Amino acid sequence: MKAILLLSGLGIIALFAELFRFRKALYPIVILGLLGTIATAVSYWWYDDGEYNKYFAGMIDFQGSAVVLSVIILSVALLWFVMSANYLRTQTSETDHTALVLFALVGALILTCYTNLTMLFLGVEILSIPLYVLAGSRKNDLGSNESAFKYFILGAFASAFLLFGIALVFGATGSFDNRAIAVFVEANKATLPGFFYGGVILMMIGLLFKISAAPFHFWAPDVYQGAPTVYTAFMSTVVKTAAIVAIMRIFLTSVFGGVGEFWIPIMGVCVGLTFVIGNLSAAVQTSVKRMLAFSSISHAGFLLLAVVAASSFSAKSIIFYTVAYSVASLVAFSVLLNIIRITGGDDVESFNGLGKKSPLLAAVMTIALLSLAGIPPTAGFFAKYYVLTAAFSSDHYWLAIIGILGSLVGVYYYFRIIIAMYFREAKEGAEYSVDAQHQALMFVTAVATIVIGLLPDLILNIGAPAAVVAETLQK
Amino acid sequence: MSAIQIIPLNWYITLSAILFGMGVMGVLFRRNTIIILMCIELMLNAVNLLLVAFSAHHSNAQAQVFVFFIMAVAAAEVAVGLAILMMIYRNTKSTDVNFLNKLKW
Repeated sequence: MKAILLLSGLGIIALFAELFRFRKALYPIVILGLLGTIATAVSYWWYDDGEYNKYFAGMIDFQGSAVVLSVIILSVALLWFVMSANYLRTQTSETDHTALVLFALVGALILTCYTNLTMLFLGVEILSIPLYVLAGSRKNDLGSNESAFKYFILGAFASAFLLFGIALVFGATGSFDNRAIAVFVEANKATLPGFFYGGVILMMIGLLFKISAAPFHFWAPDVYQGAPTVYTAFMSTVVKTAAIVAIMRIFLTSVFGGVGEFWIPIMGVCVGLTFVIGNLSAAVQTSVKRMLAFSSISHAGFLLLAVVAASSFSAKSIIFYTVAYSVASLVAFSVLLNIIRITGGDDVESFNGLGKKSPLLAAVMTIALLSLAGIPPTAGFFAKYYVLTAAFSSDHYWLAIIGILGSLVGVYYYFRIIIAMYFREAKEGAEYSVDAQHQALMFVTAVATIVIGLLPDLILNIGAPAAVVAETLQK
Repeated sequence: MSAIQIIPLNWYITLSAILFGMGVMGVLFRRNTIIILMCIELMLNAVNLLLVAFSAHHSNAQAQVFVFFIMAVAAAEVAVGLAILMMIYRNTKSTDVNFLNKLKW
């Protein structure tokens, strides 16, 4: 909770930077502030009982999985700031961009710890509204305009579905509080009115929109492609993590866990569609940015597969997956950022001959793509392995098999880039230089991907207490 | 018993669902971006109506507070939406969604 206040304060400081002329100092302030926020969030780790973690009359409960996931989100955001320092510096409205990103992070943090549907709605909106602006931040670029507009319309559309669902759930249960709803559903399971189930479905649609799962994914590729690349990276890491946490906190706990037999088949169909559509569409893309958008859809499918599995292992595997996926995607996007800067294009051809021209870029991109594809020595392999374990343990064989087949298609489109990098000739003349900050970021994240891949228990055990919390909520 | 409680709850649910459905249809089928924005407002207001009805039905003020949250967020959202629309209008001199076809595969 103090983390949320700190982050909000940091955002307001960023807004004042232009006015009081400390614009040059803003970037170090933000980095220090984020480190402070991470430290504050971590400090909650040791207060996991009693009223200490509850705020706003119990609408926020900052413990267990909330601590773990907010630290993950904040760390990814920190890496994101390192990645986009150059981009932000070249913008005339650097301070506004920084402030908006920080406010979006506040929304993401609220989604990790809400225990009330009001906070769910507010968190989703606080996360989304700054991103509508950021997606359209290249004002004269029609692609960016279109991306912002589509994101805005479909985001607001999804929020309306979420709200209608919340209203119906409130109507049936008489409360917005997660625990009160859980208790009510447990006690009155036989006599729940039909519109309660309607509410669950509508909330699910709203949240599936946000995480861009099929058949509600159609906005994602356009938005991801049109938005400035750094914000695409933000959307596909921080926002995706926040969205899965939001889903996890109601669907994986007793809130809707009690009526699992109703929504699990429906979400299962969505997961299957997500695997098929995400992977097959990614395979036919020529633009790498758009390919990464579709691949992020298929990764959303894996995250949701763990939710559908609804086993005691689900929360752990989701936490592991978000770490592995966010880190790998940040690397992929930072390489893509450099490629766009150097060659001016984001096609697969732009990667031609990268292995000779810039061995570092090619090596880290290879590690990132292997991780995204789920090839053994990297973190992505265990991420997929744990999710599939959860799916098999609760007898979702078909979905797991579709997921595996989807991953095989994934190997094809990820390896297309690796082949382009190492076995094609580069165009002459381009200057392949990478600044020190990006080099450091790529080195750290690539090493992290390998280390997590070799020692998966590191992250899995951090996730363990979080999983315990998810289970206690189920009672 | 106040007037809002005399009318059966199902009528409110039906009315809200109809209003919400009109909003959904509007977003999906209208071509003018301003009207799409209005349809989203209609969807949000359908939710507000439903929440107020449930609030009266349960004698629980939480839902009315939620309505204020929705109003505030809707205002923020429309502010951003109209700003995005202005930006698009400056570039395309049109408010028709058909101009937005740059991103396709």
